[in-house]
Amino acid sequence: MTARIGVVTFPGSLDDRDAQRAVRVAGAEAVALWHGDADLRDVDAVVLPGGFSYGDYLRCGAIARFAPIMNEIIAAAGRGLPVLGICNGFQILCESHLLPGALIRNDVRRFVCRDQWLRIENARTAWTSQYDDGQEILVPLKNGEGGYVADDDTLDRLEGEGRVVARYLHDNPNGSYRDIAGITNEAGNVVGLMPHPEHAVESLTGPTTDGVGFFTSILADLVEA
Amino acid sequence: MARVVVDVMLKPEILDPQGQAVQGALARLGVAGVASVRQGKRFEIELEGEIDHQALDHIAATLLANTVIEDYAVHVAGA
Repeated sequence: MTARIGVVTFPGSLDDRDAQRAVRVAGAEAVALWHGDADLRDVDAVVLPGGFSYGDYLRCGAIARFAPIMNEIIAAAGRGLPVLGICNGFQILCESHLLPGALIRNDVRRFVCRDQWLRIENARTAWTSQYDDGQEILVPLKNGEGGYVADDDTLDRLEGEGRVVARYLHDNPNGSYRDIAGITNEAGNVVGLMPHPEHAVESLTGPTTDGVGFFTSILADLVEA
Repeated sequence: MARVVVDVMLKPEILDPQGQAVQGALARLGVAGVASVRQGKRFEIELEGEIDHQALDHIAATLLANTVIEDYAVHVAGA
């Protein structure tokens, strides 16, 4: 039986189809989840995709955080359900307090869309086990509010506990503190990432296929479990 | 009917690129003497019945502001 990985669609989600495709490329079954349903459909893991849920009204992710499906996801994440939030999904995870800190408008005051080099800093999470610590990958990045901020104590704790999952290489695109592109929770089952690995899973459309590792990682994690 | 205003501002230590953009535009308009601009949000809320300060605090802290990066202030109109 293959792993079932849910991808949530909120009003204004953009990258849910690409995330579903990435799940299938990795060899898992993609299960569409709907923001308004308080039902996880027995999935083994969840991806919160990129986009502009609820039009980014109030703050990015602030309204989505209170969607019926999020109550289920927050409770299940506490019990160890693997959750990956990409871009807007990362913003939703921060608004949900599943991850510390927040994402604010890019310091360059422009939407940034480009291919971005990252360094994987923690290859022990549920979503990064198929990478090597220190591996450099190239995936698309596209955000207007991707600046990761947190107070110094939180940043020190994240670094001290090895919870920075990925860092921007060469040129920080959005002013994120300490070049942070992605972080994880204490248990390592919840990961938030601003760049888009789901857009780098096939050579036809991506700059590389470096992003597929996030999805094969969760598959390997679930098969072991 | 009670009217309540909630002001939400980015914490002073958080960068405000929108405020900076407004400040830059003012300079291009030829306005002199603007040392800084910070942009925030204002919510005007009408309540049915009596004011419940605890409920207002809950509204502000849970949804209107992200207290990781923002401060809020609740003002009861006319008070």
